[in-house]
Amino acid sequence: MKKNNQRQGLITAGIVIVLLAVLVLLDNAAWVPPMLLTVLRKGVIYALVAVSMNLLNGFTGLFSLGQAGFMLLGAYSYAVLTIPVENQTAIYQQFKNGGLHFSITESLTNVMGEFGTLIGVIICLIIAGAVAALFAYLIGLPVLRLKSDYLAIATLGFAEILRALVQFEKLGPVTNGSNLLYGFTSFSNFQIGTLHLGTVMPFLFSGACIWIVVLLINSTYGRAFKAIRDDEVAAEAMGINLAKHKRMSFVISSFFAGISGGLLAMYQASVQAVTFKSAMTYEILLIVVIGGIGSITGSILASFLFVGCSEWWLRFLDNTTVVSLNGKIASVIVICVAIVGVVALIFWRNRKKAFADKRNTIFLTLIVGAVLLAGQIKFAISSSLQLPLLRSGFRMVIFSIVIMIMVLFFSKGIMGDRELPDLLQKRRNAKAAKASKGGDAQ
Amino acid sequence: MLKIENLHVSYGGIRALRGISLEVPDGKIVTLIGANGAGKSTMLRTISGLVKAESGSIKWNDKELVGLSIDKVIASGIAMAPEGRRVFSDMTVLENLRMGAYLRNDKDGIEKDIQRVYELFPRLKERNWQLAGTLSGGEQQMLAVGRALTSRPQLIMLDEPSLGLAPLVVQDIFAIIREINKTGTTVLLIEQNANMALKTADLAYVLETGNITMSGTGAELLVNEKVKEAYLGKHKN
Repeated sequence: MKKNNQRQGLITAGIVIVLLAVLVLLDNAAWVPPMLLTVLRKGVIYALVAVSMNLLNGFTGLFSLGQAGFMLLGAYSYAVLTIPVENQTAIYQQFKNGGLHFSITESLTNVMGEFGTLIGVIICLIIAGAVAALFAYLIGLPVLRLKSDYLAIATLGFAEILRALVQFEKLGPVTNGSNLLYGFTSFSNFQIGTLHLGTVMPFLFSGACIWIVVLLINSTYGRAFKAIRDDEVAAEAMGINLAKHKRMSFVISSFFAGISGGLLAMYQASVQAVTFKSAMTYEILLIVVIGGIGSITGSILASFLFVGCSEWWLRFLDNTTVVSLNGKIASVIVICVAIVGVVALIFWRNRKKAFADKRNTIFLTLIVGAVLLAGQIKFAISSSLQLPLLRSGFRMVIFSIVIMIMVLFFSKGIMGDRELPDLLQKRRNAKAAKASKGGDAQ
Repeated sequence: MLKIENLHVSYGGIRALRGISLEVPDGKIVTLIGANGAGKSTMLRTISGLVKAESGSIKWNDKELVGLSIDKVIASGIAMAPEGRRVFSDMTVLENLRMGAYLRNDKDGIEKDIQRVYELFPRLKERNWQLAGTLSGGEQQMLAVGRALTSRPQLIMLDEPSLGLAPLVVQDIFAIIREINKTGTTVLLIEQNANMALKTADLAYVLETGNITMSGTGAELLVNEKVKEAYLGKHKN
């Protein structure tokens, strides 16, 4: 058993090192499309907030929609604490004598150099998380007595209040009202000589946080959370203090949402309250649902998938015409895959029915699929075809359709409540069971 | 020994228990029978601290339990298998058993007790890695009892363990209850299946609309005309 653990540890360490090396390479190679870096950076930040939401929604069974609010707190805390003193007059020009007149990262950089910047960022991120956690604790006292939908409504409202509060004129000297905060330490500040580290850093920060969440989930506390999710009455009968554990889960989840807010601020290099609308919470909810409620790896995979689609692969849906060859090829491939996929799905679902029962469905599917495919081929050949549906915002329609298909056909998401290692483990367990059965027979 | 004196409990304006006194001596099986709404479950929930008592006292080994939080009650050696099984359906059988020992810290002792549960219920050992939600009703009941046992209680309280189970499975469950009792654990059993409960119990109490109307040994009540008529479905000829 011990040997096994050691081997697993080595394998994990190996994977992490290779991943980091690849990221450093991607950061510095000239041929890498900038969009890929965007997707990786934003994806890993969304992965953290999705995991934090999953801790609450998937593992503790508390349906909360306050994530954007806690991210906002984290982002503002981080930004306010790290804006260099010399920039503060320019940034806070609307508010006389605004700003804190000190910057944690700047002071530490002056004392310790580059290393000081890193320490400063870590400290500020932790403060960002702590501020979010503090607010979560306070709001949790009354709100966590509510159940399911009511809790969701209350937390959603709380997030909106926070957004309004940050834009409040009287708080302007600290939050800069509804104006931008910018010029603080961001990922582009991380550089060793000419070696850029702008993509590795968010992976390191996010990765460390997600690792902590995984440790938490596998601890006795994690088991208590799952017990509360499965059956509150039984969990209470086991001696689990419901209020305490719910509050704990809520505070921890908000802590990491706060950190991811700080990371998002670093990634965007600017912070403004409008970014953190409830639409952001829905995006995260979408990721959690697509990834599988109760699966960490599912949330991580889904966040890259989501960010990739919304920032990059599905962009073409927002343009009425596609001019470049690459864009054309990409759009044709995506739509063809979608059409073939849906057709295959319908076939698969009907596979057990007799032919007479499914004849109509199959013919209809084939005809519609063929017409759509033919349209795609025509679009690919012609040079200036305008597609009637594609227009600004159509991407979101496709998203909504995808989520509907997800909920209807795969209500458990990509991973269900399993983890990636579980899938591998299962195979090994099956093998072991077979081996031991063979042994018994002898 | 669990000693309850003059216990009153109300939900809002409804008086569920109206001055109940009973005793559960160490090492015995004590059963509480009664119809729906007589206050049986309220009784258990009050002992475990899920429901607050209005007045009266619950003494467990001379220690007052009224006013204690549930984790303190469980830590003092009382475990409960709640009504309707209520296993953690998305957790494995093993994880469910570990949850029962949630308040304990001695790893070796917990492992030992889990093994003991597996000896009592070999079926659970076979289903070790299965999700509890996929077990049959009888197996879930076994799991609920096993889960209560892993806290290593001196007193185990079972709320309607026969609910919704096939007659053969019910017999299995009662056989196991007797076995648990033989190893020195006191059992407080709440049942609607009065016949089985009275046959198993050393001591029995009959609960009617919040009052105890009869008490005696299991064998005594089994032949009592009133009990026969009201709970055993046997009419006077």
